[in-house]
Amino acid sequence: MPFRLLKFALSKEHPEPRMFRQPDRLKSNYDAVIIGGGGHGLAAAYYLARDYDIKNIAVLERGYIGGGNTGRNTTIIRSNYLTPEGVKFYDESVRLWQDLSQDFDLNLFYSNRGHFTLAHTDSSLRTMRWRAEVNKHFGIDSELVDPSEVQKACPMIDMTCGGHAPILGALYHAPGSIARHDAVAWGYGRGADLRGVEIHQQTEVLGIQIESDRVTGIETSHGTISTPRVLCAVAGFTPRILDMVGLRSPIQIHPLQAMVSEPMKPWLDPIIVSGSLHVYVSQTARGELVMGASLDPYELHSTRSTLDFAEGLAAHMLELFPFLSHVKVVRQWAGMADMTPDFAPIMGKTAIEGFYLDAGWGTWGFKATPVCGKTMAYTVANDRNHDLIQDFSLSRFERYELVGEKGAASVGH
Amino acid sequence: MKLMTCPINGSRPISEFFYGGELRSMPDPNMVTDEVWADYVFHRNNAPGIKCEWWCHIPSNSWFIAERNTLTDEIIHTYLWGEVV
Repeated sequence: MPFRLLKFALSKEHPEPRMFRQPDRLKSNYDAVIIGGGGHGLAAAYYLARDYDIKNIAVLERGYIGGGNTGRNTTIIRSNYLTPEGVKFYDESVRLWQDLSQDFDLNLFYSNRGHFTLAHTDSSLRTMRWRAEVNKHFGIDSELVDPSEVQKACPMIDMTCGGHAPILGALYHAPGSIARHDAVAWGYGRGADLRGVEIHQQTEVLGIQIESDRVTGIETSHGTISTPRVLCAVAGFTPRILDMVGLRSPIQIHPLQAMVSEPMKPWLDPIIVSGSLHVYVSQTARGELVMGASLDPYELHSTRSTLDFAEGLAAHMLELFPFLSHVKVVRQWAGMADMTPDFAPIMGKTAIEGFYLDAGWGTWGFKATPVCGKTMAYTVANDRNHDLIQDFSLSRFERYELVGEKGAASVGH
Repeated sequence: MKLMTCPINGSRPISEFFYGGELRSMPDPNMVTDEVWADYVFHRNNAPGIKCEWWCHIPSNSWFIAERNTLTDEIIHTYLWGEVV
């Protein structure tokens, strides 16, 4: 192994096959351009090429593949949301996730763990009963369990949380899973690349050309492209792109931070979430604990980390798991979450012909990657919103038809 | 620790403050159409830049205006509403 590694390091050519090609220049014309080379954008490119035979596509990425929110989330996949719109949508996504590894011929380390959302108060227990009923109505495996079940699945937990927030029960969602997030972007990227899609990294969008309310082209840091269709899938950069086309939206950017511990022996099988304590945690295949909390409290377009966050999250982690007091935190980071007032995404067609949005993915975007790709590919190919995303259009706000999704992660409710 | 200057209480840790959103002028709800009202309630141009925002120092319940760069998190001025810098 060390010899092979040495040879690899010294070799001028890359002996291992790359996940996707690096085209040297942009063409002057594409059938569709996707802004944002994260999971969502690459998935849309993949399904456009695979299912709709639209292959003359450029995916423009300002940084590098997997460097945005796709590689910054806490990798949790679940569908136990609160509204019928949300439940149907995320359930389709969970179904797609399950055979994605095979679809890609790439190991995504999709690991089914079970997902507990802890209730520490009567009111949260009530909300969970409601959530469980909505979920069951749509045939999703979701139930309210009593504290003994939590204790059984996770013996290391302090059931009283230091005496001040005893666990009264939990919402248990058996399909809850984790997956290796950067591999998702690579898998979709490779799949799209094999079908002829061009992936341009280090290519920033500087402007979008519009003539009489129709998209005609894009100005990039590597030249101008003409195209009739543009899909914007840029998460935390959405307001900047919307500013280029003159659209207003309710999207506000807040940093969402997370951190990871040093690796340790496996002791935590399920995913544990506590809304009251602002903690969600799972243990990776490598043994690290991946932990997240709530959004930063004010608008900021930056991925800076704060000590306040690490201290606050560590304190809550110790309430749940006091034995971790000597465990070290090895990394901390942030992503820019594009929050909407009703905690639901903004997807589909817009007032500008040929300009499609896949945005407002705040803190819940990773789990929706496959279904977003599928529904956005349909929408772009047919210039018609897919049935599953009808309720998520940007125009819902002016019609006062908000979705009201309160099952989202890291949202106080 | 990030600090913010409250116009009344001086420099305090940012955790003592509450963010109240961008300073905007409200149209008269009786005089405008539903679309204009919805635009006021929901829509913003949230591209980063220097914004005038409402903030509150929670322990003393003092509301004031902060001019802040939402790209770099640099707080440029803080002053009470109606004051001119």
